[in-house]
Amino acid sequence: MNNKTASLIVSLLAGMLFGLGLVISGMTNPEKVVGFLDIAGAWDASLLFVLGGAVGVTVLTFHFITRRKAPLLTDRFHFSQLKKIDSKLLVGSLLFGIGWGVSGYCPGPAIAALAEPNWETWVFLPSMVLGLIVQQVVSRRKLSGD
Amino acid sequence: MSVVGYSVALIGGVGIGSAAAILLYFNGRIAGVSTITGKLFFASKDDRWWRVLFLVGLIGGAKIAYSFYHHVPLPREHFPVWLLAIAGLLVGYGTSLGSGCTSGHGVCGLGRLSLRSLVATLVFLVTGIVTAVVVRHVFGVV
Repeated sequence: MNNKTASLIVSLLAGMLFGLGLVISGMTNPEKVVGFLDIAGAWDASLLFVLGGAVGVTVLTFHFITRRKAPLLTDRFHFSQLKKIDSKLLVGSLLFGIGWGVSGYCPGPAIAALAEPNWETWVFLPSMVLGLIVQQVVSRRKLSGD
Repeated sequence: MSVVGYSVALIGGVGIGSAAAILLYFNGRIAGVSTITGKLFFASKDDRWWRVLFLVGLIGGAKIAYSFYHHVPLPREHFPVWLLAIAGLLVGYGTSLGSGCTSGHGVCGLGRLSLRSLVATLVFLVTGIVTAVVVRHVFGVV
């Protein structure tokens, strides 16, 4: 097996572990997520443990991984080249926060919902994908000066 | 919430973090779901398949988890359809404009100790909290 094939298999397996983690942690239940964000209601603190567990692992492992010159199966690390804290970062995160607070869905759980879809999935997911596409089309037009 | 509930949440979180570490260590990629999905539609052929497979895995992993663990969330019968649609647009547009979501900025960016990601995470967390409180307690939508 060449590295290219191996890296595709790793993508699939990493996605699976990610999806397992989302369901086990309760992130795929939008009512639970809103219950975490709604600190004025019957607050459900468990998502703090999800974030703590996830970030604990990434802080520890990324430190060692990023010391390497390259990943194991591909030629380089693909990190964001953006460095500035600009209005796009702030406004984008603000809009995302509003949508997340209203619905209880962030992108991972919205896609994982296809495992057991209900009417919410068929409304939220296409809207989210449309938003992702529209933003990129708008920003490409701006770049090309139309 | 019980000690068991918190422990399960922690284990789930460790699973998510481990998935992000595996993707970075082997493939050099950031496990940010909004960017993986958003760039799928504009990616070159070479850049497309790892994204598709990650998302297929994401759905498959969730399916496996639900088959062992019978906590399939029930839809909210009285939640307004238009509000859910607007929320979806905001989540898609916002995460694309801000170059990341809970996984890209929250899990991976904080793991890299990125100041940009820390700022983004604080902004969407605080906005999410304020929004959830207002929507539930002022407008009474549950």
